[in-house]
Amino acid sequence: MGLLSDPNRRRALIGMLTRLNAPICMICYMAGVAWFMGLAFEPFTLRTYMSENAMGSTMVEERFPAGERALATGREFAAHKKKTGGMPVDWLVRTMQARGLEVYTQRFSRKLPFPDEDKERYMVKGTNVYGILRAPRAPRTEALVLSAPCSPGNENNQAVGILLGLAQYFRSQIYWAKDIIFLVNEHDLIGMQAWLEGYHHTNTTGMDWSPLQGRGGSIQAALSLELSSDVVTSLDLVLEGLNGQLPNLDLANLFYAFCQKIGVLCTTQGKLPRNDWDTTSGYSHAVQTMMLMVLKQASSRPWGDHGLFLRYHIEAASIKGVNSFRPYKTDATTVGRLLEGMYRKLNNLLERLHQSYFFYLMPSLTRFVSIGYYMPAFGLLALILLLRALDLWVQLSSPPTRTTEDGVEVVPASPGVLSILTPLVISHLTGVALYTLPVLSQELAVEHFPVSETEAVVLTAIAIYTAGLALPHNTHRLLAGEGTEQGWKVLKLVAVLYLAVLLGCTALINFSLGFILALTLVPLAAFITPHVPKTLSAVVMVILSPGLTLLFAVFFFQELQETPVTLQEGWMLYLSVISQGILDHALYGSLLYPLAALLVYPCWLLFWNILFWK
Amino acid sequence: MIAITQRHVHDAAVPPLAGDPPAADPPSPPPSKDDFQEELVIRPLHSGDIYASFQFRTVWDADFMGDQKVSHYRLFPKSLGQVITKFSVRELHISFTQGYWRTMQWGQPYLPSPPGAELWVWFQDTVTDVDGTWKELTNVLSGIFCASLNFIDSTNTVQPSASFKPLGIGNVTDHSFLRYATLPREIVCTENLTPWKKLLPCGSKAGLSVLLKSEKLFHSTFHSQAVHVRPVCQDPQCRTTSMELRQTLNVVFDLHTSGQGKREWSLFKMFSRTLTEACPLASSSKVYVDVTDNPQGEQFELSPATPLLTQAVVLGDRRTYSVYDLTQQASFGSSRSLNMLLRWKNSHNNVVPPVMLRPLLHSERYVAGYGLQAGEIHTLIYNHHPYRAFPVLLLSAVPWYLRLYIHTLTVSSKGKDNRPSYIHYQPSKDRERPHLLEMLLQLPPNSVTEVTVEFERALLKWTEYTPDPNHGFYVGSSVISALVPSVVAMDTNSTLDRPLFSSFFPCKEEASYFMRVYTEPLLVNLPTPDFSMPYNVICLTCTVVAVGYGSLYNLLTRTFQVDEPSPGLAKRIANVIRRFRGVPLL
Repeated sequence: MGLLSDPNRRRALIGMLTRLNAPICMICYMAGVAWFMGLAFEPFTLRTYMSENAMGSTMVEERFPAGERALATGREFAAHKKKTGGMPVDWLVRTMQARGLEVYTQRFSRKLPFPDEDKERYMVKGTNVYGILRAPRAPRTEALVLSAPCSPGNENNQAVGILLGLAQYFRSQIYWAKDIIFLVNEHDLIGMQAWLEGYHHTNTTGMDWSPLQGRGGSIQAALSLELSSDVVTSLDLVLEGLNGQLPNLDLANLFYAFCQKIGVLCTTQGKLPRNDWDTTSGYSHAVQTMMLMVLKQASSRPWGDHGLFLRYHIEAASIKGVNSFRPYKTDATTVGRLLEGMYRKLNNLLERLHQSYFFYLMPSLTRFVSIGYYMPAFGLLALILLLRALDLWVQLSSPPTRTTEDGVEVVPASPGVLSILTPLVISHLTGVALYTLPVLSQELAVEHFPVSETEAVVLTAIAIYTAGLALPHNTHRLLAGEGTEQGWKVLKLVAVLYLAVLLGCTALINFSLGFILALTLVPLAAFITPHVPKTLSAVVMVILSPGLTLLFAVFFFQELQETPVTLQEGWMLYLSVISQGILDHALYGSLLYPLAALLVYPCWLLFWNILFWK
Repeated sequence: MIAITQRHVHDAAVPPLAGDPPAADPPSPPPSKDDFQEELVIRPLHSGDIYASFQFRTVWDADFMGDQKVSHYRLFPKSLGQVITKFSVRELHISFTQGYWRTMQWGQPYLPSPPGAELWVWFQDTVTDVDGTWKELTNVLSGIFCASLNFIDSTNTVQPSASFKPLGIGNVTDHSFLRYATLPREIVCTENLTPWKKLLPCGSKAGLSVLLKSEKLFHSTFHSQAVHVRPVCQDPQCRTTSMELRQTLNVVFDLHTSGQGKREWSLFKMFSRTLTEACPLASSSKVYVDVTDNPQGEQFELSPATPLLTQAVVLGDRRTYSVYDLTQQASFGSSRSLNMLLRWKNSHNNVVPPVMLRPLLHSERYVAGYGLQAGEIHTLIYNHHPYRAFPVLLLSAVPWYLRLYIHTLTVSSKGKDNRPSYIHYQPSKDRERPHLLEMLLQLPPNSVTEVTVEFERALLKWTEYTPDPNHGFYVGSSVISALVPSVVAMDTNSTLDRPLFSSFFPCKEEASYFMRVYTEPLLVNLPTPDFSMPYNVICLTCTVVAVGYGSLYNLLTRTFQVDEPSPGLAKRIANVIRRFRGVPLL
């Protein structure tokens, strides 16, 4: 700070920063990217460890014996599901009651804003069935949840079977200290949303549900089980929840610990942990795993039924059974024992899971990167924005004086508020249009064009997005005079600071999203001026715009998942991703779509305005 | 089958010492009369579980409220008697409960109690410093019962204005002599059972109390033990009063976990003991088995069979009981031990799924909302009576760290606003006293009444957090006291000899009976700092404040100017000389 109070040294520092601004920015950008790529390098990451005492040293024995019977129950469930053509509510109620649970049902209905073509649903009506196993001598203050979805077709029958099998086995044990809620939810996330809203008596998304009759107090942890085969080769742990929220790392540690104990292959992002970190393929494996997590987290959508629990501060994860061509298979009894062990340890919890990290990235199931390690990567990118802002600030505060013909020095007039405000307001109005119009105008679009409602929404969104590009040519007509040199600098200063705050806040909540946006938006924010070559810069800017970033992300994600798509398929996928994003916002309250439409896109438009400043 | 109302013939069992009429000789106090009864009720529940309720009643015709010191104790426990005398207690009710009574599956209990510990005391009107006496009393009781009752202080004590009337005689209305507190977090275990058993005249040596083995009692679904001390009438005319001590213990055993799927119960299976004798000090010692649902013996079989049947009106319903009188040698049969066996007749393979009951009155409570800033407490009260409305008193005491917004209080039944006819609200004071909300509500027939109130979660001082702050903070059960319409005429004649379990709450009218229902306690998370590294955080914060803020403030508020350094001494002297010479200065 002494450095800044000394005017001479301050001047020297500022002089250096403005002179070397461009190289420093370049270095920062490369350092940021390099840091990020280094996060997947094993020597730089930490090995996961159990922080929670209550789950660490206490040993539990797993004795669940009835895997075969559970599978038989699953087949019975499948038969009844087929017969009723949906959730076999009566059968489930009877079966759960016979297992000694307190059984309740919840009906719900939801009309989607526009038809969901991926899952083929529009008017959704369903019933959740849940049974509560009351813990002996417990005052109904704490509960654990085990859920399995009732999916259409032949999916997840085994999950329901194991759930019912575990319910029966758990019922005859005396050691429970928390109530255990066994939930079978219909229509996957919509049912889960209805149940959670009913349980907590909130209504954030305008869904219709009947109130719950039985509760078990505050839910401490939840697991969601997805299993569609009698035997599995590995179990996959899914952590990413709504808005990039993650459960406490101890939940992942618990899963890993039991997989190790029981001897089940376990993965995250479908990738096994590998030991050859010092080889190129080992490193690239870790990078792929981490990038998959980053992309999933950045998508802000729940990647399993557990994703909605996180909003209520309930630690939750999904466990998916994977049946591939590997020779070693794990049977249902073992899966049941794994779950039994996890529930017994969760049952031992004295406090909510809080000891371990809530913000982390996982380059493999055994390694993690905590917030302290990954934030510098983002910080280096954000620093560029601040340096540019400083540079602009210095330029603005010491305006270059021009000498007119008479030899009189003229200080250029500072730009009017209007010239800055107009582009700001107009870009944001475009953002508001992008946010509201697609859903509102779907009927109009369907009337006039030969498209379905879903296509109408997506194409309207793309159309408004593209129309925004024409703005700079029109905003100036609203302005009183010509844009001045000072004008774009002030506008850019505002835009750069705006972007810095926006990205900073986003990265705090959802690092992955913030980092991906920073990766594309920061370079263009740093180097856009009205004086760079117009056509080339315009192409670069469009390529780095949020919309195309999403398109690239879609291709990249498919590539990482080892299911590459052609251009045509990729485009179709892109359209469906946009519709899913809008639906996620309407159904579950995902914040990505409003963030992109109302803040990120207008911010990008400001830079577009600067490029075409006259 | 003919219901035989059985006559008590326990005069023979009364010890000769207690039979003397009170003498009128003031210097030597008359040998006071005391009497001890013990009783066990076994009720097979709807859900297949089994409910066992013990009651031990000691009545002593001593006048604790008078000036004379009571010094000679026989059946009445001295430790409790001294406490009552010292703190001028009129009535004392204390219960320790582990578990929550499941009204929807089990029906109503004979004596309700909330999870954790509950203590309420009426002091005599001679007590001047009620709060001080209360504080001392809780500490003493904490020692007697080996429980954390010493955690009762002003922040969890309330003075209910209407919900807790004295249960004994005496029509006190000034509720400034009443104190009520609950500790929802209290865990009940063996160390609480042992001192409780020591209060019994026979200890755990003889009589029904031999069954009270902790390894079985705590291998159950529900466990509750209580002590009630109150003054009662000595005779029908109520000329003199006596002190009544009731010790009750309720326990529910689970069919699934301990029965291994077999529906069969015996005393030995439940308690790992059988009965061999009555407590020699008891004037009456009986075991009742509820056989109301089994009039022809078609549901279950009870062996050994007993010819004695009795009927009692309990909780608005007429029930039939098989009675085993332990003071009769015949009850024990040839094996000299009594081991009742209940065997269900239908095959065990298809156990009927337990159907939810529809008790006339039951309730639910939960916290709504998410996030750590605000929330809403919902209390649902169900009236399942098809055509009768009845009033209930709802009491909730909420700790101060949940700041209730009382303007958001809404009460609605059947979608309509339901105006409470009486509201008593005492706002909380931070760190001093809790919120107290009492309401008199009329429950329409066949309805759900929903009471909601919003609250804000307070941020505590860092020393005020419990050692496990992320577990959450407890809010004690709400209490619903009601006069519920009775199906059959209630027995209002208090003089009649009735089983103990049906005679606890005084009954004043035939058409309704008094009932208390406790809601679930709540577990609420408060905003909690990360306590894992307070030292780092404190150091870092202090450094940032000291260095960063200080210099930044300096930078922002001062203007900096380049100051010419003052000339050196030589230069100044040179300038003086130059001035004299008239040449330009340096």
